Amino acid sequence: MSTTAQTPFEPKTSTGRITNFVDERVGGSGMLREFGRKVFPDHWSFMFGEVALYSFVILLLSGTFLTLFFDPSMAETHYNGSYVPLKGLEMSVAYDSTLNISFDVRGGLIMRQVHHWAALLFVAAVSVHMLRVFFTGAFRKPRELNWVVGGVLLILSMAEGFTGYSLPDDLLSGNGLRIIDGVIMAIPVVGTYISFFLFGGEFPGTAIISRLYMFHIMLIPAMILLMIAIHLFMVVVHKHTQYPGPGRNDRNVVGYPLGPVYAAKAGGFFFIVFGVIALVSAFFTINPIWNYGPYDPSPISAGTQPDWYIGWVDGALRLMPGWLFNIPLEWHIPFPWGVNTLTLNVLLPALVPAGIVFTLLFAYPWIERWVTRDDREHHVLDRPRNAPTRTAIGVAGFIFYCVMWAAASSDLIATHFEVSLNDVTYWLRALFFIGPILGFIISKRVSLALQRKDREIALHGRETGRIVRLPHGEYQEMHAQLDDYKRYKLVGYESPLAEEGIPNENGIVTKTEKRRAALSRFFFEDRVAPATQAELTAGHEHHEAIEAGEEAKPVSRY
Amino acid sequence: MKALSQKRRHPLAAVALLVLGLMLTGGLYAVVTTVNQAKADSSTFTSEQVQQGEKLFVANCATCHGLGASGTGNGPSLAGVGAAAVSFQVGTGRMPLQMQGPQAREKPVQFNPDQTTELAAYVATLGDGPALPEAQYLDGKGDAAVGGELFRVNCAMCHNAAAAGGALTRGKFAPALAGVSNQHMYEAMVTGPQNMPVFNDANITPEGKRDIITFLNTIEKQGSPGGAALGSLGPVSEGLFLWTAVLGVIIGFTVWLTSRTS
Repeated sequence: MSTTAQTPFEPKTSTGRITNFVDERVGGSGMLREFGRKVFPDHWSFMFGEVALYSFVILLLSGTFLTLFFDPSMAETHYNGSYVPLKGLEMSVAYDSTLNISFDVRGGLIMRQVHHWAALLFVAAVSVHMLRVFFTGAFRKPRELNWVVGGVLLILSMAEGFTGYSLPDDLLSGNGLRIIDGVIMAIPVVGTYISFFLFGGEFPGTAIISRLYMFHIMLIPAMILLMIAIHLFMVVVHKHTQYPGPGRNDRNVVGYPLGPVYAAKAGGFFFIVFGVIALVSAFFTINPIWNYGPYDPSPISAGTQPDWYIGWVDGALRLMPGWLFNIPLEWHIPFPWGVNTLTLNVLLPALVPAGIVFTLLFAYPWIERWVTRDDREHHVLDRPRNAPTRTAIGVAGFIFYCVMWAAASSDLIATHFEVSLNDVTYWLRALFFIGPILGFIISKRVSLALQRKDREIALHGRETGRIVRLPHGEYQEMHAQLDDYKRYKLVGYESPLAEEGIPNENGIVTKTEKRRAALSRFFFEDRVAPATQAELTAGHEHHEAIEAGEEAKPVSRY
Repeated sequence: MKALSQKRRHPLAAVALLVLGLMLTGGLYAVVTTVNQAKADSSTFTSEQVQQGEKLFVANCATCHGLGASGTGNGPSLAGVGAAAVSFQVGTGRMPLQMQGPQAREKPVQFNPDQTTELAAYVATLGDGPALPEAQYLDGKGDAAVGGELFRVNCAMCHNAAAAGGALTRGKFAPALAGVSNQHMYEAMVTGPQNMPVFNDANITPEGKRDIITFLNTIEKQGSPGGAALGSLGPVSEGLFLWTAVLGVIIGFTVWLTSRTS
């Protein structure tokens, strides 16, 4: 670089001169050289973060269009648009303008549907991305903070989604707000005051839509953008993770450089995501607000649910009984200043499951780090089966979430599977407690079984189904050995041993250390050791005599 | 007038006033509530229809409802249910009942329209009840917007705002309303079949019922403005569609993009 700077570069074409002019002033080529050589490993499961990012870009674009026509006012008006079944009805200006976007603004309905479908896809992509990161152990050092940023992004996207869901001021969104209002009012002592503060008086008031609008189009998107910037910055700093394989280790990244292959692929992928969303929006209705009618606190429609990402909290509310055996969960406690209500049947389901899920989610990288005392950097991912306890914890959490998620659609489960709504609720209540435990046990056993299968294949090769009779009359099935590359995948992982408590400098094993040892046993007591080199050699010698002919056959399993 | 004002402090004046007031409100109430009174419109049926209806009843219905429709352990008495109830229950195939269960299910209709009318004629003679609706309320030419509002306030909590149906407790449900004839809608409102409440003429006027029917006809005819409606079941079907179809397609593309040609 220093040598070329001495002799001024003379571009020959006009394009070259313009490019050079810009480059000399902003230093674009340096950035391009740096970013263009960033390497991305090839795996489909690495693409969900990109899907989320692209959905967010689509949300910004379609959302900008919608702001041109949406009016977040709760002033009363009479509908006079082209949708006949609502003609002349009294409604808020917000609902009126959303109906106008849907029926009287050219292209308005498809933009609304693009915005809503993209929102559902955004949160789904964020969630799947987080599941991938968790189950492959990509949250380990040095990425713990980025995991936290991702968790914050998930919460922000839920908040962004919910505020958007509430804006049209139709019956569905108003019912959703009513539930939020109920949850807020369930907070002891201060709940009512917070509710009055938020709604500017008694629910629904005339202020909430414009307030939510401010959150939805300014504050939360700005926070999401900031978090995305931090998230991507850390991705650049940490470099990409990769799945285990021959030649891959914690000091390299094996894949294609960003430029030109991945730049083209990523650019194309944006248009693919955009295209899929546009197609879906063109052919499938989402949030048909004209069905629900204007918000009015008295009616409610059957099948009133939040969008999917809030569903699990709604489900928890549906699962909670008002009475536990003969004990009411709503108490009226007399205080010197008056009677305060403690409505545990609302407070517990609204806050506790979400509290558990998010606390564990944020704390998990540190929990595992504390248990394993592993302070090394990890850039090579774990296959989920090679971290059986982590996988089992993830599955338990996933089932915990899914039980509540299913409970949010308990009425539709009842009608569509022709079962009793009460029975659905009772079963889901049982599964709420038993499901995660069963999920933990089963997925851990499945992981260990898969590890044993891997070990078996690494040591003895793949079964070919060919039976050979030996000269002395014995029948044997031929095994085909894997090649070294495929075998590496099956043996190249770590399987830590459970640790005893380590005494401190005074020779005492502290209580904390004992707890750590107990957790370590919980994590690593059941383990399948990867096949060692000695075992592999011994295993192969045993087979070589009879299986020489099978070596050349390709193995298609991995 | 003078005599009245002189006696206004009489010890019994308060009692007299109370009696007067009660008589007045009671009388007014009686007058007003006559609109609620179920009137059997038996004049529209011939005696032959009634006779035929009784024969059909004895042969097909008396097993559960008892001879003379006085009710048994398996079926209620039909005195006072009216012709409209018979027309709805038999006309939609809910009766004769397929099996005892949380609620009567729709099934292929067992009687032709003439036989249904004859059964209705017979049951209408057993006691006063809602009559068959008048044709002027069934034309579907009311105000769809008013009907929509009435529907959302009175019906949507069970039938869903888009009339796609919904769940009730213990295996009972409110059915979807697409494909139900206008007469059956009206009869359902006035008789409250299964677990449905009765919406009598004081609750929702006949004109209101006509508006509701108009609204249901309109949303059924207009289709879904935004594309396939996914069952009009709200965010659950939308979420399910996203997590299966949309995410499935996206994953397909990610696999394609990251696959190697070699």
